[in-house]
Amino acid sequence: MSATLALPRRKLAPTAWRRPGWPVALLLPLAGLLTWLVATRAGWLTPAILPAPAEVWATLAELWQSGDLQSHALWSMGRVAQGFGIGAAAGLALGAAMAVSPRVDDYLRPSFLAIAQVPVIGWVPLLMLPLGIGEALKVVIIAKAALVPVTINTQAGIRAVPRGFVEVAGAFRYSRSQLLRHVVLPAAIPPIFTGIRYGLTSCWKALVAVELLASAEGLGFLLVWGRQMFQMDLVVAGIVVIAAVGFVFDGTLALLERRLQRWRTA
Amino acid sequence: MSARFWRGLTPPLLVLAVWQGAGLAGMTDPRLIPPPAEVAATAWRVLTDPAIFLALGASLGRCLAGFAIGGGLGLVFGLLCGLSRPADRLLGPSFHALKNVAIFAWIPLIAMWFGFGEQARIAFIALAAFTPVVLNTWEGVAGTQRQLLEVGAALRFRPWQRLARIRLPAAMPSLMTGVQLGLMHAWLATVGAEYFLAKGTGLGGVLIEGRDTFDMALVLLGVLLLGGVGLALSQVARLGGARLAPWRGDLV
Repeated sequence: MSATLALPRRKLAPTAWRRPGWPVALLLPLAGLLTWLVATRAGWLTPAILPAPAEVWATLAELWQSGDLQSHALWSMGRVAQGFGIGAAAGLALGAAMAVSPRVDDYLRPSFLAIAQVPVIGWVPLLMLPLGIGEALKVVIIAKAALVPVTINTQAGIRAVPRGFVEVAGAFRYSRSQLLRHVVLPAAIPPIFTGIRYGLTSCWKALVAVELLASAEGLGFLLVWGRQMFQMDLVVAGIVVIAAVGFVFDGTLALLERRLQRWRTA
Repeated sequence: MSARFWRGLTPPLLVLAVWQGAGLAGMTDPRLIPPPAEVAATAWRVLTDPAIFLALGASLGRCLAGFAIGGGLGLVFGLLCGLSRPADRLLGPSFHALKNVAIFAWIPLIAMWFGFGEQARIAFIALAAFTPVVLNTWEGVAGTQRQLLEVGAALRFRPWQRLARIRLPAAMPSLMTGVQLGLMHAWLATVGAEYFLAKGTGLGGVLIEGRDTFDMALVLLGVLLLGGVGLALSQVARLGGARLAPWRGDLV
């Protein structure tokens, strides 16, 4: 694997999560919240810089009750679902083809690396001219965000299937499809899943970027709107929701990932 | 080698041929998708004009300034959390919660706090470089192999010797990965900052200008430069890392 593209290897998060240290861990956020509260109450921070926590909470509640929050979140998630679905499916196919056939790899690798090298933001102005600023642009950008990590991990995962496994399958005279179904896929799924998880995280980041740039709905638009209206409570509320959704996505996939890895240690 | 080279070159050449052919056949709107020859002409015009290099220089300077701030702070924060258990417990969970915020979501807040000028851009770039440097520094120093520390104990190393002779060298490969990723994130953020935080000098400004004037050739060139600089930055960081930590990977 070319080092220029080395994915940030997801090791398990540093151990703080799994140690019993939660009361201590809460100290800092609580202190921060308190400072925030006092600073806004005492008027050191004007609402244009940072609105009071209660105000942000009220805005969140209001957005929820009016249904705006849900509809914006649904827009965003729909975009991610489309883009991620397309990008991940293409990445799986591409990665598998490149892993199985050296010839395909020869043909496509340089082009793939070149495309992967340009960050998401670079594609926006380029694609904006032929695609306009509609849904197509957003879905393509999000799909590209998923494509790169899924392709790389799929290829690496399939390549890394231990030779011994394949030789045993050969000794049992497995057919090609049996080899694929019973040996290669089970062995390659954990690394592929890591790619999928990383892809979903990048999709969420790309979504925020494209929604900030050009959209009339979605969580990113909430931020833009809040900024234009100088309603910082809206901006902060939007950031909180974006963080929460990202956290839930990543956490769910991390749990699944641990499930999938379990048989390895057993 | 040569067969592989030509195979690798096939898809781009194919795209070029189709692109030029479609242009000649009048199947594409030349205002939206100008033929390759026209792009090449624009590229020549732009690249012989020093303005593009000034823009590139402005972007690079901004990127490095932001990286220096964010990477420096990240190094300190990562070392602190990796070496001290209380710091790890106190700061770690908050850091992991905050890193879930998609980086671009910070832009409205940063714009409110720092305005739309150079300060805001540098703050955003620093923020982007901070996270990967922290993560890799942290993992690097916290994951020192036990055997190495035991050797240190047997040699009766003092705490600072343990840090300078064992923990830091052992963490070097991971640190270098952090630097490489940090630089790449900083570069991405540079373009993002130039794009989102008002028009200004730099490569992002070139892209915006090309988009606004429907100058597809200019946009294409900007994207190529963007990818090229990203590649160059990451190669420099990788080679520098290989030099500083030549033992990478084959420890013990």
